[in-house]
Amino acid sequence: MTDNLDPLAQLSRWNAEGKKTALATVVATWGSSPRPVGSHMAVLDSGDFAGSVSGGCIEGAVVDAALEAIKSGAPKLLEFGVSNEDAWDVGLACGGRIQVFVEPVA
Amino acid sequence: MKRETLRQLETWRAQKHSCAVVSDTASGAQALVDTATAQGDLNFSDVQLAEVRQRILADQSGVMDGGLFVRVYSPPARMVIVGAVHIAQALAPMAKLAGFDVTIIDPREAFVRSGQLADIHAIVAWPDEGMDHVNPDSRTAVVTLTHDPKLDDPALAAALRSQAFYIGALGSRKTHAKRLERLTALGFTAADTARIHGPVGLDINALTPAEIAVSIMAQVIEKLRAEAA
Repeated sequence: MTDNLDPLAQLSRWNAEGKKTALATVVATWGSSPRPVGSHMAVLDSGDFAGSVSGGCIEGAVVDAALEAIKSGAPKLLEFGVSNEDAWDVGLACGGRIQVFVEPVA
Repeated sequence: MKRETLRQLETWRAQKHSCAVVSDTASGAQALVDTATAQGDLNFSDVQLAEVRQRILADQSGVMDGGLFVRVYSPPARMVIVGAVHIAQALAPMAKLAGFDVTIIDPREAFVRSGQLADIHAIVAWPDEGMDHVNPDSRTAVVTLTHDPKLDDPALAAALRSQAFYIGALGSRKTHAKRLERLTALGFTAADTARIHGPVGLDINALTPAEIAVSIMAQVIEKLRAEAA
């Protein structure tokens, strides 16, 4: 697999450069979901990211959560879905529901 | 994730060593597990550790009973293509894009070095020697594309003696029937030769080399994912 399709390789490069990063991972999916369990997104403290956890529906909210995790040092389990009414307030167009684990790399 | 965990994970991934990262998604506590070791902040019961290792073998990420999340890292599936022909020019880059480790075997160096294949791993050798080198396993697909018996048959024989999860051979029904006769003469049973997909690929009325490559790729993925589905 080429490196630009490999978020972990990008995460490693960022860490080797001493940058602050977080890793987001799809933990569970229900119904139709665009990316399988285990899909990764590497996030840099500038907001740059590599990889994806959905078809583009929730990446913005995941980046926000990752930046918060980098600041706080604490991991967080996020849940997104059509009927989701939590603080993230982002729905999935496909009607599915997914859980995403966001953790700082430290 | 701790930096040292990430470093060890990347080392193992580079070595194509299967492993898993197990996370308590409430606390963030984590462990890196392979079939022999478990290192990190989690204290596993024997039952939990057995389930993690079973998931590593089955390449099955997911949440276990009790809530621990297991992310399995397996080496990529492999595709061995015999014959650096037109269809290979389309199939090799497609398979690479789909995440496969691709190897082309062809004794004709000029074929191997042409066009789209320049950056694909190639073994310039006769298929029997080349197949010895790649040693197909249960995460390997073997596709023969030369429809020349002296190239395809030794590769198919080697594939049939392996655990390859997919074996496909290009050629018409007539060509395939003759091929099966030759393989039977070599001592392979009907059950053995039934493992060969021939004519190769899903029947999508493919016409051009690229379309045939799509039909082959689709059939390989169908087989690869069948066990997890």
